[in-house]
Amino acid sequence: MAMDDVQVKDGVDAETVEAVKALSGTYKYGWNTEIEMEYAPKGLSEDIVRLISSKNDEPEWMLDWRLAAYRRWLELKEPDWAMVDYPTIDFQDQYYYARPKSMEEKPKSLDDVDPKLLETYKKLGIPLKEQALLAGVEAPEGERRVAVDAVFDSVSVGTTFQAELRKAGVIFCSISEAIREHPELVRQYLGSVVPVSDNYYATLNSAVFSDGSFVYIPPGVRCPMELSTYFRINAENTGQFERTLIIADKESYVSYLEGCTAPQRDVAQLHAAVVELVLLDDAEIKYSTVQNWFPGDENGKGGIYNFVTKRADCRGHRSKVMWTQVETGSAVTWKYPSCVLRGDDSQGEFYSIAIANNMQQADTGTKMVHLGKNTKSRIISKGISAGRAQNTYRGLVSMHPKAKSSRNYTQCDSLLIGDKCGAHTVPYIEVKNNSSRVEHEATTSKVDDDQLFYCRSRGMDEEEAVALVVNGFCKEVLQALPMEFAMEAQALVAISLEGSVG
Amino acid sequence: MLKIKNLHVKLEEEDKQILKGVNLSLEPGKVHAIMGPNGSGKSTLSYVLSGKDGYEVTEGSAQLEGVDILDMEAEERAAAGLFLAFQYPVEIPGVGNMTFLRTAVNAQRKLRGEEEMSAGEFLKVVRAKAEDLKIDADMLKRPVNVGFSGGEKKRNEILQMAMLEPKMCILDETDSGLDVDAMKLVAQGVNALRDDKRTFLVITHYQRLLDHIKPDVVHIMANGRIIKTGGPELALEVENNGYADLLEEIA
Repeated sequence: MAMDDVQVKDGVDAETVEAVKALSGTYKYGWNTEIEMEYAPKGLSEDIVRLISSKNDEPEWMLDWRLAAYRRWLELKEPDWAMVDYPTIDFQDQYYYARPKSMEEKPKSLDDVDPKLLETYKKLGIPLKEQALLAGVEAPEGERRVAVDAVFDSVSVGTTFQAELRKAGVIFCSISEAIREHPELVRQYLGSVVPVSDNYYATLNSAVFSDGSFVYIPPGVRCPMELSTYFRINAENTGQFERTLIIADKESYVSYLEGCTAPQRDVAQLHAAVVELVLLDDAEIKYSTVQNWFPGDENGKGGIYNFVTKRADCRGHRSKVMWTQVETGSAVTWKYPSCVLRGDDSQGEFYSIAIANNMQQADTGTKMVHLGKNTKSRIISKGISAGRAQNTYRGLVSMHPKAKSSRNYTQCDSLLIGDKCGAHTVPYIEVKNNSSRVEHEATTSKVDDDQLFYCRSRGMDEEEAVALVVNGFCKEVLQALPMEFAMEAQALVAISLEGSVG
Repeated sequence: MLKIKNLHVKLEEEDKQILKGVNLSLEPGKVHAIMGPNGSGKSTLSYVLSGKDGYEVTEGSAQLEGVDILDMEAEERAAAGLFLAFQYPVEIPGVGNMTFLRTAVNAQRKLRGEEEMSAGEFLKVVRAKAEDLKIDADMLKRPVNVGFSGGEKKRNEILQMAMLEPKMCILDETDSGLDVDAMKLVAQGVNALRDDKRTFLVITHYQRLLDHIKPDVVHIMANGRIIKTGGPELALEVENNGYADLLEEIA
């Protein structure tokens, strides 16, 4: 062996490094849809905020809300505490509103939607016909269906199963439609979990959000099917700012899935979303995300900058929320789905798999804010780093004085593939009463050559071996996903790490 | 079955020669044992044959049924019918033993261009074979080798061997860390797999394993070479006199 091949360190050989370098073009969703688009003028101003509001036929109160947010945003500074490093974003150098021309007249039903758009979702494996299931999943016995809200750049293209859901009393529609059709609910809850002034990106989102999903589950109703939103960024130099609001009224239940992809482009794009969940007494929400935005190429060119504020407010007693996320995409991820455990005996859970390969940077985690008595939270975070990526878990567990007898359990595991990546764990723990208990466990390990050789000596090729070991590492989180997503996520874990070990 | 000619191997990292001209010819259906003192190159031989990284073959060849295997990937050698029972089986957290076995069986089938084994068929076969090795349902569900006792790990290796049905089985110090009962159980498992086509290469320090797995041929390895070959009586000789006499003989 030549000397330059001898870079062996902690079970990683030169081939590994080569293979990591060679990893590009494996992003499956990097194509774009050729379609005639309509843009708002580039840049951000009060006029743009007014324009977005008028495009959505919004009432006066909504515009005022946006404008207040915009003025607030002008006074804020971009936060820099996260362990992510990216060029300064020029907020004037992008589009804040882009919609397919064919969406100018709101289609009456999915049959009227531009076939090119329907084709796009078909290619992504997202069924907009009301009988199909997510791609790659066989119908299990007793058919399971998923209702979809499809968001393309700045607008919702359509929502399936609305009529059937309506019969159960469930409202599932785009947020723009909800603002027009259900203003009383939107006014009551919008911004009540993530206030307009919450943080830089949330404030920006409040000013310019163009669409997103809205869900209301009435008291005592168990939503008859899984609900999902699929976000697709297609237009160039365009930011996507979506807003999701889910209200689970007393004793209701809903499982909600979210997926996202974007074309492969050289220039980075901005995505700043806000998701608010409201849970009243005895309500339960399961919120699962598979985030697969374009991660940028192997040298860190392009990709999505993903700045997301997600929060659940367990207002009601005994309410329960579960966040599950599989974060494989984006060049930069800044995301902390959190739980405010306000009601007594309420519960919050956070299950996360964050994969960072090549030049990706992820700073993600959660906040568990215990306010009520006997509240419980559980955090299981699995971070996987490969290539030259940096992966940070950042989490807060806070026990307030009135949160008597509350408990938290946190487990943060990091897995390293190669010797040029990094894993960081930054836990913040505050306990302000003496009857609560907080546990924190953390481990860091490597996919070692012995494990891979063991698998290969039994007949698996390298990629199968890595996928098997990594899926084993993520098992507890994969198990928390709804079945439709678990299989997709498992495959995605393998694809995201393709070529990461040589 | 397996023909090794003049095999020279060095460690890639240290430029250290480990094997210095190994010659072996293993016929179908035979059990060969290799004994030898620590550091003689026994384990290296098993790793090189099964395709572990970190070794460089500087001279010589190894053929499985007439096909050169040294340029093949580890998984291709496995699919061609080579199996190594590890001295230290590796733990894989979170991966169920059953999942691992099924992935391995189907990966080999895929490489050979055969159809995958259906879930139902696989379950039936694995249950029957596990029972023979006194492996219970719980052990099949637990993550691969995690928290297994020494005996469980070795029995698990034999279960993998039984499922994968290799032609050429290499057992690397399968007796290490086993008590007498566990060793008997493992030996029973191995003996059940013996037939007139399957070949075994049993690497061990001690004669005691060979009381249970009766070899046809015994080789003594020292300093990277086979220094003596004989029948089962050779193992007994070593047991009684140690390696010192043999080493002097060749010195």
